Amino acid sequence: MAIGTDIPRVDGIDKLNGSARYVDDLKIDGILHAATIRSTIQRGRIKAIHFDPSIDWSKFTIVDHRDIPNNQIRLIELDQVALASDEIRHKEEPILLIAHPCPREIQRARHAITFDVEPLPAVDDPCQPLTPDHIQHGDDNVFKSIDIHKGNPDTVFASADRIIEGEYKTGGQEHVYLETQGMLAYHEDGKLVVAGTMQCPYYVLDALTHAFDKPRDAFRVVQTPTGGGFGGKEDFPSNMAVHVAALACKSGKPVKLIYDRQEDMAATTKRHPSVVRHRTAVDDDGKLLAMDINVVLDGGAYVTLSPVVLSRGVIHTAGPYHCDNIHIHGEARLTNSPPNGAFRGFGAPQTLFAVERHMDVIATELGLDPAELRRRNMIRDGDATATSQPINDGVDRVALMDNTLDAAQYDTRSTEHATFNKTHPYLRRGIGLATFFHGAGFTGAGEVYLASEAWVEAHPDGQIEVLVANTDMGQGTTTILTQIAADRLDLEPRYVTLATPDTSRVPNSGPTVASRTAMIVGHLIEQACDQIVERTGGIKGRALIEAIEAWHHANPNTRLIGKAKYHKPDVIVWDDEKYIGHAYACYGWATYVADVEVDLRTFSVRVTDFVAAQEIGRVLNPTLARGQIQGGVVQAIGWALTEDIVTRDGAMANGQMTNYIIPTSGDLPPIRVIFEESESPFGPRGAKGIGELPMDGPAPAILNAICKALGTQLYEIPMTPERLMLHMEEHAHGTV
Amino acid sequence: MKVLRPTSRNEALDMLADDPSIRPIAGGTDLMVSWHHHDKTGWTLMDLSRVDDLNTMSMDDHALQLGALTSYWDVIASKDVTNAFPLLTVAARQVGAIQIQTRGTWAGNIANGSPAADGVPVMMAYNAIVHLQSRTESTDVPLDQYFTGYKQSVRKPDQLIVGITMPRTSHDHEWFHKVGARSAQAITKVGVAMVKNGSGWRVVANSVAPFVCRCKRLESALNDGQSFATPADVADILKHDIAPIDDIRSTARYRQTVLARLIHAHINE
Repeated sequence: MAIGTDIPRVDGIDKLNGSARYVDDLKIDGILHAATIRSTIQRGRIKAIHFDPSIDWSKFTIVDHRDIPNNQIRLIELDQVALASDEIRHKEEPILLIAHPCPREIQRARHAITFDVEPLPAVDDPCQPLTPDHIQHGDDNVFKSIDIHKGNPDTVFASADRIIEGEYKTGGQEHVYLETQGMLAYHEDGKLVVAGTMQCPYYVLDALTHAFDKPRDAFRVVQTPTGGGFGGKEDFPSNMAVHVAALACKSGKPVKLIYDRQEDMAATTKRHPSVVRHRTAVDDDGKLLAMDINVVLDGGAYVTLSPVVLSRGVIHTAGPYHCDNIHIHGEARLTNSPPNGAFRGFGAPQTLFAVERHMDVIATELGLDPAELRRRNMIRDGDATATSQPINDGVDRVALMDNTLDAAQYDTRSTEHATFNKTHPYLRRGIGLATFFHGAGFTGAGEVYLASEAWVEAHPDGQIEVLVANTDMGQGTTTILTQIAADRLDLEPRYVTLATPDTSRVPNSGPTVASRTAMIVGHLIEQACDQIVERTGGIKGRALIEAIEAWHHANPNTRLIGKAKYHKPDVIVWDDEKYIGHAYACYGWATYVADVEVDLRTFSVRVTDFVAAQEIGRVLNPTLARGQIQGGVVQAIGWALTEDIVTRDGAMANGQMTNYIIPTSGDLPPIRVIFEESESPFGPRGAKGIGELPMDGPAPAILNAICKALGTQLYEIPMTPERLMLHMEEHAHGTV
Repeated sequence: MKVLRPTSRNEALDMLADDPSIRPIAGGTDLMVSWHHHDKTGWTLMDLSRVDDLNTMSMDDHALQLGALTSYWDVIASKDVTNAFPLLTVAARQVGAIQIQTRGTWAGNIANGSPAADGVPVMMAYNAIVHLQSRTESTDVPLDQYFTGYKQSVRKPDQLIVGITMPRTSHDHEWFHKVGARSAQAITKVGVAMVKNGSGWRVVANSVAPFVCRCKRLESALNDGQSFATPADVADILKHDIAPIDDIRSTARYRQTVLARLIHAHINE
């Protein structure tokens, strides 16, 4: 059987031997090279544009806002302009596009265009006080505001003996996908073909139809092999596509637009920075009586995806704990920075950092072990989440935590570290944990809105082709979707191929985001496979191939396609006004444990051991699943400790790989991955989502371990050595 | 952009005499880091890699001689040199990663003049002499008198660094510590080399001043037998020796504090 086994990556050989052609590898005769001319100021009005007369501009295609019929990037709202016309909202905002046959001429020309601008007051910090001249969205710069109510927290707080508070901050994060953003466009058969590195071909198609006011069949959007996404290629490729399409339309020629690393880092989306305040009423046993939580996300200069990032953030912000009285208020606010966007975890890593750090603060105040505090409050079957969603999935979350603590030798190491720390002159060791969850699929009614469709076609030669718009960006989609279809049809995986995501061929099976592909799309593929089996006589396995050939013989020139559409399971009930009900069909559950060593000479932190245990339903491909967990842990170690976005005028100033510090293999501990499995009813063979979960737990587990090592409380990431030094000088004077 | 490829030392020195704006390169590792940020119109590079008599390394009872093309890897790979000058290998192994170590040269590390250079502190601690040569003359300059400012040195435009000599003496004590933001592929935030021999201490720090520098006040204090109870006592003296700045990689305060803490922990070990 294909499920649960390590079949080799379907896309592996082509990527290993270099025959996979990424967008920048594609050669098209007569192609023009393009560049984006950007704002150098944070906010202001464009007064004049100057073209250096030493350059022969007649040889260039030059596009401005007037060349795009609807100068808007279609996403949740339409506030983001494709090219700035009058007002500049952030540094690096695109103003003009230029194209020329020679890349060197483009490099020379991009520095030969300057602007006269009248600066306007900018918002740097989402929490800063605003004056009227700061207002750029609605009447308060708030993109989205969400409240979640459960029980009567006010009454409980009024009579509570013990209230524990904390304010927690997380920084931005750059995706650092290996392949930078890139897109090309050319005319073919009366359509404009737009091809490039992307997660969501149909988002790109929708952005094109809106911007150029043309029907869907005027365009063909094709995903090229994609070298990493992590959310960074969810929304931004729509901007690239509109730009490159505008140049191709104006010049009548093929055009290619590729960002180099520095432009990519400076101009594209980042993880939303956050500030989360917790106020918690507890009894002496550590039971959570009431939680009051305030979440602020820094949205950047346009709405983009901030409302839904906020939504996932606030839903996860009370953690995997049972509490009867909760009020959560969240806001995503405007700042004059390049828009922050989707990034693996989508708001949940930020709010789970806060609650998991806060649980350790509570445990310290109560004199309880942090694991014991969690044991007493963990959601049991029959309890409900902050949105009053009942949890009854049969997963023993307390046992998951306890097994993980055993695997990490939590008790033994805690004792050993305490002894070590008394004797060593400058090294301090600590062990910390985080228990957390991550909802799989789109939030609330999101999957209903998407109305995803997946097709499975049985060709006359017996080959099975899966047609979906979901993209492989390195995470293994093509492999697991192949496995799911092969398993359902009882065939070897070699009989199954996956269509290239091309909007002229594949149905809209929704975006490749939100840990939804394996669970939602995989489930649809199972149903589409069932239709093939049904229509060919109910046979599976090798005999199915013959049945398919016979069907085609009897029905010449007809396609045999199974088509499945998403139908909301009846148990899922969600009120989007009140934020009550089933926020997600199901959740992955996890406990992560980190061991750290702090060097008090340099205030640097080394993660020395890491255990990542999770319950994700069914593991479809063990190697790919382990890769997802280890990769997520590494990305989160960087976010927790070293990945510091230094901004100037709201935009990233350290946008080079030398100065934006992602971990190397030499900085990483062994990452021990443990899976527990169950049969979730919502995904193929019981699978739930996996991709984002590992981003949520490492940062709080690591910070909790540092706090244990140093006997202090930290409230912010990235905890760079420079920040830790300032904290220790302020809070632990004389003890270090 | 033009690239010259001399095949002998004299040819290289002639080229440099004819056009002092030429940029000599050996491994090219510093140049490549910023390659995309420059408009290279009008540049002339002189690639030294074919000048065989600069690609030498030799050691006798008295001294170690590095040629202008000796790479970090040449030193790492030599057991004899590593035994005689252990800090060279300790530092070389922390430059970039292996790919950089096999191309980057000790002379290039000096010539580039970065205050964060990883190879310079250990060479300066080992009393290195820099050999400069032009078409008409040869000059020797002690490495600790080579730099005159940020990316500034006593080297005249027509001079080439042709070699480096380090005297062999017995060391009672030698130590190097690099603090980078990660364990490889990191530019130094603060670094220190300390060597003690018959004539006393030499303490050299990088990334804490416009150029890699000796901490002479601290050397005197150590030579006088002064002891330091706390890192703050070390910092008090160091403030006369260093002038760190804030940049996108770290802060002056961090550099100053951590240099003092490292030295304090080390001398009290």
